[in-house]
Amino acid sequence: MSHSLAAAKTPAAGDAGTRAMPSPIRTRLLKSIVGFGLLAIVTCLVAPLIGSSPISLARVFDRSVPFSQNVDAQIFFVARMPRVVAGALVGAALATAGVVFQALLRNALATPFTLGVSAGASLGAMLAIVVGATVSAGPLSAVPLASLAGAGLAAAIVYRLATMQDRAMSTTVLLLAGVTLNSFFSALIIFVQYIADFAQLYRAMRWIMGDLDVGSFDPIVAALPMILIAFALFAWLPSSLNLLSVGADAASARGVDVGRTQRLAFVSASLATAAGVSLAGPIGFIGIVVPHLVRLIVGVDHRVVLPASALFGASFLVVCDLAARTLLAPLEIPVGVVTAMLGGPFFLWLLVRKG
Amino acid sequence: MVARPKRLIAVLAAMAVLWAAPRAATQQRSTSVTRIVSLVPALTEMLFAIGAGPQVVAVSSYDEFPPEVKSLPRVGALLDPDMERILALRPDLVISYGSQTDVQAQLARAKIRVFSYRHAGLTGVFTTLTELGAAVGRPAESERLAREIRSGLDGLQARVRGRPKPRTLLVFERDPASLRGIYVSGGLGFLHEMLGIAGGVNVFADVARESVQPSIETILARAPEVILEVRAVGLLGPSDVAQAKRVWGTVSSVPAVQHGRIAILSGDHLVVPGPRVVQGTEAFARALHPDAFK
Repeated sequence: MSHSLAAAKTPAAGDAGTRAMPSPIRTRLLKSIVGFGLLAIVTCLVAPLIGSSPISLARVFDRSVPFSQNVDAQIFFVARMPRVVAGALVGAALATAGVVFQALLRNALATPFTLGVSAGASLGAMLAIVVGATVSAGPLSAVPLASLAGAGLAAAIVYRLATMQDRAMSTTVLLLAGVTLNSFFSALIIFVQYIADFAQLYRAMRWIMGDLDVGSFDPIVAALPMILIAFALFAWLPSSLNLLSVGADAASARGVDVGRTQRLAFVSASLATAAGVSLAGPIGFIGIVVPHLVRLIVGVDHRVVLPASALFGASFLVVCDLAARTLLAPLEIPVGVVTAMLGGPFFLWLLVRKG
Repeated sequence: MVARPKRLIAVLAAMAVLWAAPRAATQQRSTSVTRIVSLVPALTEMLFAIGAGPQVVAVSSYDEFPPEVKSLPRVGALLDPDMERILALRPDLVISYGSQTDVQAQLARAKIRVFSYRHAGLTGVFTTLTELGAAVGRPAESERLAREIRSGLDGLQARVRGRPKPRTLLVFERDPASLRGIYVSGGLGFLHEMLGIAGGVNVFADVARESVQPSIETILARAPEVILEVRAVGLLGPSDVAQAKRVWGTVSSVPAVQHGRIAILSGDHLVVPGPRVVQGTEAFARALHPDAFK
């Protein structure tokens, strides 16, 4: 398993960090930010206008009706807007975490969920649901709180294992520890679900499928600081990641502090993953589909790939959620199913193409 | 060419007869049932209600009612039946879910009779009672119980007749701290039928499923006048009610929220399609039409 994974390398970034590129980096960055940014803005503006129930925009903004009695306004501001905002944030967080993990592990098939962070988060959430925990901290209720704790625990274990031997992280140990922890936590998740009663099991399964119907801005406010810190940390990474994706030795020879870059990459990507999963559950395939599609369009330079993936990830998840909430209305398709339906075939195509 | 479909029909008819015959046969030779294992809580309740309680030697891990079951051995449930323990109890009748085909095959190999149960709404309660009564040799008792249940439900229906039927959202699972992970009753199943008898109109009656996971948008759009939350386990405290009202407060345009018509009911009689459906339906009716019970 690990050998075949390790064999599939990221499209080498070459000496993107230092050598002059066909077109100057600033122009390409500007072009892709404008392009993907416009897409994200249009998606986020259009998505709240469409839904399972027809609403009138005039009524949404009609101040003469009190908000507490304005159904159209509540559908717009309570049901749809938080969904779109949560979708954009989670999409951006998971897509960029995917980019960073792929560079850190030098593996095209790495996802935000490869290293066990999301399995840890899921275990935490399952426990909170089955135990019926009622603890809360500010806007964080029991389930997201427990999923953050689980993600933190998983990340801490993997980090500790990978940094035990020497100062730089061993990507092989990272991968092996992560994949093992993933299986271990998955087994515990199955056990927790097994001891759950029917109603809890329903809710636990629903959480695992991923869900952006957050119902208010509170959970978003709770996850936002973590996502912003992760994005701020990402800003330090692109040039070092370009060199790191060639190889640790090569990067080190060019003056990159490899250990520091790896630690920063691991911590920031884990933080983004944990925040995204605590807000919306483990929504799969964004972290692999979006980075690869973006690389196909803008090339492999992380200075462009990272911001472009954030913007495209936001649009991608908002569109997937739009499909999830409208295609079978009044029923919903779990958004994780929609991303997997689009992402699964793409992932397979990618595997075949690489082979 | 013409003969073929005819022959096919004849073969199918013969198969149907052959398939039905042993079923009828098992249900006829019934009087000698002395050791029953029940994996289905609703049917355990029926057995005790028709006087076959003393023959029940083990129940499922989900059984809670009647109190006599508390002292009986547990042999797993729908997903984890403990075959070894079931066989060790030497039952002569095992009540299992229709979907437990492996269990039924193993019991057939051990030459133990099986009563196969499938969930089929309120009408299913009556047909199951008749079949179960025949299987354990208590047809008269089961007919009497069926009549009691029917007249209880008819009485409730008469009591709320003529009153305006509130559009109701029947919730049976939800994240306690938010409006996430909501499961409600669709237009199929005994909960939906109980709601109808209790004088309510299910806002998700048009969805032909037992359970629906509605989005917040759909709940806002369907605008229920009453929200009934059903919890199978746990006693309710005043803080639970306060928390539920606060959580629903985020969708304040829903008429049920505006008029404070959110009822939280608790108890397993609300979710087990057995002899206590009358009690469950009465609890719904009292929440929907408090004036009818003054």
